[in-house]
Amino acid sequence: MLEFEGVNYAYHTPDGETQAVKNLSFAVDDGQFVSVIGPSGCGKTTILSLAAGILSPSYGKVRRASGEAGYMLQRDALFEWRTVEQNIFLPLEVKKKNTPQMRKNALALAEKYGLKDFLKKYPNELSGGMRQRVALIRTLAAQPEILLLDEPFSALDYQTRLKVCDDVQAIIKGEKKTALLVTHDISEAIALSDKVTVLSARPATLVAEHMITFGGNSPKNRRNSPEFAKTFEVLRRELGI
Amino acid sequence: MKKLYQRYSREHCAYLKKRKKKKIFIQVARVGILAIILGLWELCAQLKIVDPFITSSPSRVAKTIAGLYESGALFRHVGITLAETLAGFFIAVVLGYSVAVALWSSDSARKIAEPYIVVLNSLPKIALGPLIIIWIGTGYTAIVFMTVFVSVIVCIMNTLAGFIAVDKTKLLLLKAMGAGKAMTLRKLIIPASVPTLMNTLKVAVGLAWIGSIMGEYIVSKAGLGYLIVYGGQVFKLDLVMSATFILCLLAGGMYGLIALIEKLVTKQ
Repeated sequence: MLEFEGVNYAYHTPDGETQAVKNLSFAVDDGQFVSVIGPSGCGKTTILSLAAGILSPSYGKVRRASGEAGYMLQRDALFEWRTVEQNIFLPLEVKKKNTPQMRKNALALAEKYGLKDFLKKYPNELSGGMRQRVALIRTLAAQPEILLLDEPFSALDYQTRLKVCDDVQAIIKGEKKTALLVTHDISEAIALSDKVTVLSARPATLVAEHMITFGGNSPKNRRNSPEFAKTFEVLRRELGI
Repeated sequence: MKKLYQRYSREHCAYLKKRKKKKIFIQVARVGILAIILGLWELCAQLKIVDPFITSSPSRVAKTIAGLYESGALFRHVGITLAETLAGFFIAVVLGYSVAVALWSSDSARKIAEPYIVVLNSLPKIALGPLIIIWIGTGYTAIVFMTVFVSVIVCIMNTLAGFIAVDKTKLLLLKAMGAGKAMTLRKLIIPASVPTLMNTLKVAVGLAWIGSIMGEYIVSKAGLGYLIVYGGQVFKLDLVMSATFILCLLAGGMYGLIALIEKLVTKQ
């Protein structure tokens, strides 16, 4: 579980201070997939950094159930001098959890999601979609309680993007993980999430929250559902586009 | 050649042939230019178009080197200069790397050190020659010190630039995993900056040669730099040319060695 309660955050630069987040409250329940959408530059990445504990709020509270957060970034940030396998072990090494048992679990995860034949390859031998899948398995390797996803699909071309998007959703649901996704892509948010949280332009504050229930759990069904366009329209208006 | 035609299309074979031809041309041209220069040099000296006493000539250089070899002096001089250069090079690289790590880990330290590094970098190191002689003496230590001094600043600056250029996304990733400075250095900064390190080595090896020869110009009783200075003073230009020629070989060889190491290290 992750909870923001009246969170404020300001950036300080020599030119002055910029209020990035203002009085923001929302919650992500266990096992829930929540998307945060907002106009570009509204402080979405700040919200993830706050959730990850990289930043602390100026005022207010960020509460996170004990356990780790796994961060997945826009660009896969795979280490090109490490093989896929070594990349997946990276969080174990950094978090000093590099036990045979953890390594075995991570490898099992990699095999389950089709990376078995790629383990000894280097990232530059992989396609963009495959790289992003490796990045997800790397994030999952340390067995985080919650996944924080920072527009993880935006660097991919459209076709790969649809595929990876479905792929990632299936893996996260399959592993029963809690996830918080920030994105500026409305359709991505609708297709993936149980709940969509809409933010205002900077300073980011809550505009609306929507539970998405139609179309089951499959992004494909959701995109094909007539409800999709309606929800899209509502969100679009709330974003003020 | 027949086999080649069976495997590839006619067009591809033509492409391969053209490529090979160009490669051969480049090799021949490389060697050819050297041969022409040496040939013209020798010819001009033999025909007394230029005075070989002033310009020396390839045959006289060969004779001088053979003479040095027979008297056993060749390897002594080469060995001394090589040892000074290598010692200075290694000390500079290790010292430069350590300082770069220290400066990387503290933003304040980096800002404090910046003006000093800039001044030391632009200072012509030879200006410190007299001080080095008085403080350190006239032994090999002084020459090694000069070598280190000439190359270490560039080592620091290049290495640090490599550290700072590491991908910010990867830094954020490690930060999110909860990695501290030491962990970030070990897992990310050092491996990610290997290509810069290789470049630094290449620059440093050239500077180390400058340092050691400059050092020998100021204080020395042996070495290739000594031979050049001595040869110049007594007007034995054969000796100057010979020492310079050997220096070319050594410097080229050392650079080649580092290029080879680079190839092995960055191969994955």
